[in-house]
Amino acid sequence: MRGVLPPDLIRLTPNVWTEPFWRATAEHRLVIPRCTACGTFRFPPGPFCWRCRAQEVEWVEHDGRATVYSFTVIRHAVIPEVAEHLPLVAAVVELPGTGGCRVIGSIVDCEPEAVHIGRPVSLDWYDVREDTVIPVFRIE
Amino acid sequence: MNGRHTLRDKTAIVGVGATPYYRRGQSVPQTPMELAGKAVLAALDDAGLTVDDLDGFALYSMGFDTSLFAQWLGVPDVRFTAMLTGGGGGAAGSVGLASAAIVSGMAECVVSVMTLQQAGNRFGASYAPRGSGGAAYSAPPSPEGNFTQPSGLMGPGQMFAVLAQRHMHLYGTTREHFCEVAMSTRANAIRRAGSLMQEPLTREQYFEARMISDPLCLYDFCLECDGAVAVVTTSIERARDLRHPPAVVMASAHGGHGRWGQAITWMGMPDEYFASSGHRPVARRLYEMAGVGPQDVDVALLYDHFSPMVVMQLEDYGFCGIGEGGAFVGDGNIRWPDGSLPVNTHGGNLSEAYIIGMTHVMEAVEQVRGTAVNQVAGAEVALATGGPASIPTSALLLRKES
Repeated sequence: MRGVLPPDLIRLTPNVWTEPFWRATAEHRLVIPRCTACGTFRFPPGPFCWRCRAQEVEWVEHDGRATVYSFTVIRHAVIPEVAEHLPLVAAVVELPGTGGCRVIGSIVDCEPEAVHIGRPVSLDWYDVREDTVIPVFRIE
Repeated sequence: MNGRHTLRDKTAIVGVGATPYYRRGQSVPQTPMELAGKAVLAALDDAGLTVDDLDGFALYSMGFDTSLFAQWLGVPDVRFTAMLTGGGGGAAGSVGLASAAIVSGMAECVVSVMTLQQAGNRFGASYAPRGSGGAAYSAPPSPEGNFTQPSGLMGPGQMFAVLAQRHMHLYGTTREHFCEVAMSTRANAIRRAGSLMQEPLTREQYFEARMISDPLCLYDFCLECDGAVAVVTTSIERARDLRHPPAVVMASAHGGHGRWGQAITWMGMPDEYFASSGHRPVARRLYEMAGVGPQDVDVALLYDHFSPMVVMQLEDYGFCGIGEGGAFVGDGNIRWPDGSLPVNTHGGNLSEAYIIGMTHVMEAVEQVRGTAVNQVAGAEVALATGGPASIPTSALLLRKES
């Protein structure tokens, strides 16, 4: 897979609110928490609904078809460890049907010039380690 | 609004001071707090005051330990020591915090200071995974950071590039506009002996420069440097007896929409202000408190860590419509001396020095004193802003005493 960080730069430190998300990604499933009181999605996962302040959530599976909301092409290594992995396309993608939740992820195996705002992308998975799987995206 | 329950016109900045500015790491073997001490002593001296007059600290962006500092300098009585939360967004707002302390009677003579030394570490990698090349400024692992770092976003410039890209998409802003910000700021810097950048910047150099993180190239980024800047705030009554004409605090505000939140490290800000500086609520309260509007501002010192954020602040402070910032700079409006609104007459973070926004406050003081190197003729009112950043962003309006 081209256009991702090397594994040793990726370490997850979940808490009780984010752990279900990462447990699902380890099974190649994208889940977004939704407030059981008012139905508002929240992302990243956290302890309160920003709309009604309730706490409880249900985890709703999403197919990861999304559109590019914005992005940057990282061409300069701000730390030496990334130098041989450039360029990296870091994108903010919007998930339809979630009230505008956005996920930040790499767009992999692409020519950076092909990435545009509004472009549809699909979900793929970067298997970093057995228990560490990161969502990435591909241009449709 | 008569300002009775606000800070309006009740305090003034009476002294400014700075160390020389250094390229990243070059201020060693001085320590960061030693640099702070030099700037504070210089600012007190500029005001005609001494450490015996100093009784408060109003800091921001994680500040420094004032206990050791007060012990070193022998401050007789520390009556106020507080700090705005967040990062560089609080720069201009630290003077509002100082004013709040003075107006409430908690202190009388309050210093705001920023000191910066980037030896063996750099802000440019401030969100890199800890233990990698970013060293001390790297972000500690956090549950929230897990949603950002794996994409490779490790530095503020890469993150603001995402906002800039969206602004270009929505409004037709171009790299020509960012180039104009970089060039006009450089033109101001090279007239000042203390600026780190002393050569003019041409359009050709700008477009030949390496891309760092599209759409931002080398010259869209601020400098990484060392140094300290301090300003002293006191009551308007006391200010009138001091060495310089008071730079009257018309208003100061900080904060932001809650859903602006962590801004560049979560990217979930509502669509209506995603491609903005996050300053709109602060701008509204600032003008309300001061009883003036953008048409009354003679010179704007806009926190320029990245050139597109100048464009967005011009919009958010009402100097042009939302989405019109590119055309506004493209028409030459921000140039000194002939533009309708000279911006960053000191050379800014881009070309003079990056001391996390305090150089902008200092320049605002010099402009309303009438002593700036690149003086805006007849300047009465100066705006200084803190960084487009996570909450709080902040701002300060100063005026000449009439």
